[in-house]
Amino acid sequence: MTALSFTLVVGAIATLAGFLGALTGLGGGVVVVPALTLALGVDIKYAIGASLVSVIATSSGSAAAYVKEGFSNIRIGMFLEIATTLGAVVGAFIAPYVGTHAIAIIFGLALVQAAYQTVFNAAPEGAPQVESDALGKRLRLGGNFPVDGQLTDYGVRNVPAGFSLMLGGGVLSGLLGIGSGAVKVIAMDRIMKIPFKVSTTTSNFMIGVTAAASAGVYLGRGYIDPRVAMPVMLGVLCGALLGTKVLVHAPVRALRFVFASVILVLAIEMIVNGLTGKV
Amino acid sequence: MDDRRIETIIGNLLRTGVLLAAFVVSAGGFFYLLHHHADPVSYRTFVPGADSVSTLPGIVHSAAHFESVGWIQLGLLLLIATPVARVGFAIVGFALERDRLYTVISLIVLAILVASLLRAI
Repeated sequence: MTALSFTLVVGAIATLAGFLGALTGLGGGVVVVPALTLALGVDIKYAIGASLVSVIATSSGSAAAYVKEGFSNIRIGMFLEIATTLGAVVGAFIAPYVGTHAIAIIFGLALVQAAYQTVFNAAPEGAPQVESDALGKRLRLGGNFPVDGQLTDYGVRNVPAGFSLMLGGGVLSGLLGIGSGAVKVIAMDRIMKIPFKVSTTTSNFMIGVTAAASAGVYLGRGYIDPRVAMPVMLGVLCGALLGTKVLVHAPVRALRFVFASVILVLAIEMIVNGLTGKV
Repeated sequence: MDDRRIETIIGNLLRTGVLLAAFVVSAGGFFYLLHHHADPVSYRTFVPGADSVSTLPGIVHSAAHFESVGWIQLGLLLLIATPVARVGFAIVGFALERDRLYTVISLIVLAILVASLLRAI
């Protein structure tokens, strides 16, 4: 393959990944890594390095749009980032000792979980808001968000459990070069009882900072190759911008189902290839 | 200054940073393809990169000599810097609000980021 055709093919895949990632809220990384490794035979280390860079691009690029909606909670995000950044540093450091086959299998399992969550965890509407527990109050994590144009207060509970799961999410992000937004949303929405919309937008805010914590380690090891990262970063960014533009008109439910099926197929391929030692 | 105003300013600064990074990466990519478009490439086996793409002095040196991959890498460094800047701005915001607890929490996050970046680069 010539440099030109490689750049064009990778750019096209990344644009599609960024587009679907923005529409479904899963991010582009979950498609980019398997597509590069399975379809183009790129070493998973290059794929993960390029994906990590694109994760930062989407997170930082869309921050302004999310703030405007008024859902994200900077205090919750910053507090939990202590856990995700520590986890990400650990994940990036242990990555070379885990081995590429094992990474491919773990990646596949993370994809299965993300696919499951995409289909079965649509925003639960109208769940009643809770009061903060003692630690949530001391950390002043609670806030308010607009519901039908009216500001509604919400509280935050189970901080230690959420914090621990965030550590795990950070390790996964550092190990696999993905945003692991799915794990972050579970920790906030399910465990800490934070409203779904607040959880997803705050997760987007945290993803970039988490990825930056392992980016330095990746760069130093040579995982971030400019010739692979360039089309991935530009493609995912363009795709994500397009995705947020059409988000309002998209038949989200059907789309989630299609995207989840694609991810599931990729997941199985990653696991099989990891087990047979092909990736 | 309330949280939302701070976040709006930060959000706009970040978007500018990302666009700037994308511009530098595109420029590097353009010149890379101009000179190397017909080169055969394969990324099947991982080869640790040279200093010119994996260390900060190496990248700066390479970009200063107008090597296209150095420019791409410089753009990616800019991009990696945007979340770090985001935490830095949050520290200023919380300090202006005289929120000591969250100033300290943000400082801890910044310390982890800087420690990891400095150690690696």
